[in-house]
Amino acid sequence: MTDSTPDLRLVEVRGPSALGGGWRRTWELLSLIAVTDFKKAYFGTALGYLWSIARPLMLFGVLLAVFTQVFRLGSQVPNYPVLLLFNIVLFTFFSEATITATTSIVGQESVVRKTQFPRLLIPLAVVLTSLFNLGFNLVVVFIFILAWGIDPTWTWLLFPLVLVLLFVITTAVSMIVSSLFPRFRDTAIIWSVAATVLFYATPVLYPLEVVQNQSQTLADILQINPLVPLFELARTWVIDPSAPGPVDLAGGFAALLPALAVYVGICVLAAWFFNREAPRIAEQL
Amino acid sequence: MQNPITVDDHDGAAVAAAAPTAPVVIEVRGIEKTFRVPERRVDTLKERATHPFSRMDYRELRALRDVSFDIHRGEFFGIVGQNGSGKSTLLKILASIYRADAGRIRMAGRLAPFIELGVGFNPELTARENSVINGVLMGLSKREARRRLDAVLDFAELGEFVDLKLKNYSSGMMVRLAFAVMVQADADIMLVDEVLAVGDFGFAQKCMEVFHEKRRTGKTILLVTHDMGTVRSLCDRAMFLRDGELDYIGDPEETAMRYYRANFERAGRYDDWEEQAAVTDINARVVHAWLESEGGERIEQVEQGEPIVLDALIEAKRELLAPLFSIHVSNAQGTVVFGFTRSLEGQRRERLAAGERVRLSGRIQQSLVPGSYSLDCWVRRDRQGGERAFQGLRLLDFDVSGSAAHERHGLVEVQTDVEAASEPGP
Repeated sequence: MTDSTPDLRLVEVRGPSALGGGWRRTWELLSLIAVTDFKKAYFGTALGYLWSIARPLMLFGVLLAVFTQVFRLGSQVPNYPVLLLFNIVLFTFFSEATITATTSIVGQESVVRKTQFPRLLIPLAVVLTSLFNLGFNLVVVFIFILAWGIDPTWTWLLFPLVLVLLFVITTAVSMIVSSLFPRFRDTAIIWSVAATVLFYATPVLYPLEVVQNQSQTLADILQINPLVPLFELARTWVIDPSAPGPVDLAGGFAALLPALAVYVGICVLAAWFFNREAPRIAEQL
Repeated sequence: MQNPITVDDHDGAAVAAAAPTAPVVIEVRGIEKTFRVPERRVDTLKERATHPFSRMDYRELRALRDVSFDIHRGEFFGIVGQNGSGKSTLLKILASIYRADAGRIRMAGRLAPFIELGVGFNPELTARENSVINGVLMGLSKREARRRLDAVLDFAELGEFVDLKLKNYSSGMMVRLAFAVMVQADADIMLVDEVLAVGDFGFAQKCMEVFHEKRRTGKTILLVTHDMGTVRSLCDRAMFLRDGELDYIGDPEETAMRYYRANFERAGRYDDWEEQAAVTDINARVVHAWLESEGGERIEQVEQGEPIVLDALIEAKRELLAPLFSIHVSNAQGTVVFGFTRSLEGQRRERLAAGERVRLSGRIQQSLVPGSYSLDCWVRRDRQGGERAFQGLRLLDFDVSGSAAHERHGLVEVQTDVEAASEPGP
């Protein structure tokens, strides 16, 4: 019997972990789950995809009306409507992914409690599903952008870099909130409030130079937010090449360092914290 | 007919049965696991902030203490213990769901767990999606998992519900699907927790066939169960866990006896006839024990509601003072469903000499719901200084079969004349 299966070698069992169980298995599971979630979102309801674009579009409609008709902000900024739509779609990705991820591990309780499931895949699959959404939404947004009369420039090719950076920070935040939630159930409420605060603390509704004209101090505080340079980059690269970039707005590279430090800090914290929590998550459910 | 068991000594040291010669596939060394059970659960950040020192409120629960053992290739291994003895924790550590605090585990081959009556199902997904995901979880490739879907559905007899979301499944269907997925994953090692406790008799039979078949093909099976009948008839070896410690590993018969004795001791704490200090020792042995139908035919299976006739002959191994004979009938979960105690007072006998025999015989009008049962006899004697000594004797196992006309809820069927009648509204 031993000869027929020479692969049966005693191997150390290391217990549950964030990843683990082999790369092929991890990758196949991730793709399976993300694709299933995606299908569920798009074919599970009668209107499917329309729902996921309807939300940012409705938000866009309301905000556009407010900021062009009520406040005069819209008229000071070139191409304000497309910028607004673009920003909303990007921010929706961040907030939707992180908020959904918060409860994701507890939501997959039976998987976590009954199998050696690589724990990281659960929040990661949520972020990937939101990324699919973002991809579709961006198609709609770029149609708007072209229809608005903005000419494509070579800097459009740089835009995926923003997406990668946004994806990484979204994943990191998702890892933190999803592993906090099993222990502290009010994480969900706190994070949904925090996401709303971030919506206003990120240049979604306004470009940062508008804030700078009013109060340099406030602008300096906002610049700690690592999402700020990402949104500024996206704006200069896609919508308005003449807009001031993150470096100009901050007044030199050095002023961007706090945001960079926060960005890296969140990623390191996420990796450390999730890795620490992963083996014990099943016990907390 | 089940052979009557003779128990000569179950107080002996825990000695492993002759070690199998097949290679070791699971090697467990010094596993420890302690859970910190919060006395008052701190669930929110606010509570944590306002009670920063509430960590003091934890109570330590040592679920496993220094557990070491080896499982060999092709073994059918039983894990037995009372609720809270740590058997599920052990299984979860083996399945990489919990992490052990200390110790080392090495394993050879692919593992498929079946824990808490299921695998990692997501109720929002269909049977098809869940089967494939869980196949991959158990180590199949995506393509292989898809290829085996038909076999899974065939086994579970759920082909027509393949695209139904699992939240719409009945619990029985879910268990069937989970077990089918686990079986079709074709792992080298199967960890199975309590699958046989799921009511459906036909399905339990199917599980048994699978176990036999897997064992023939050299797969290793670890089964957690409360059903000593299964342990004794199926397992090559078994272990008895007691309060997180490995009490015994080896012979399934001995394991079953230790389990029964532990159950009895636990029940004894609440039992007034065991209030005084009780010790276990050797009192008696079973000469024979069987069940008969009313027609006098020996049986192992009885229809629900049919009376049975017990015939057991017990021999005193020593002088027994004021002996009592307590019959317990337990179901597959180890719950004592009913019991009765007989003494020799009617015969004005206060003692039995060594070698004398006692016959327990007569009719039992049972109304048990369908399932597997075991019948034990606890022999008690008075010792010097007001102490009592007792010993558990396994008499026999039997099955109760039922037709649809009978109730299947609960533990027993009772006679009622409750009726439902419609009445006009006020």
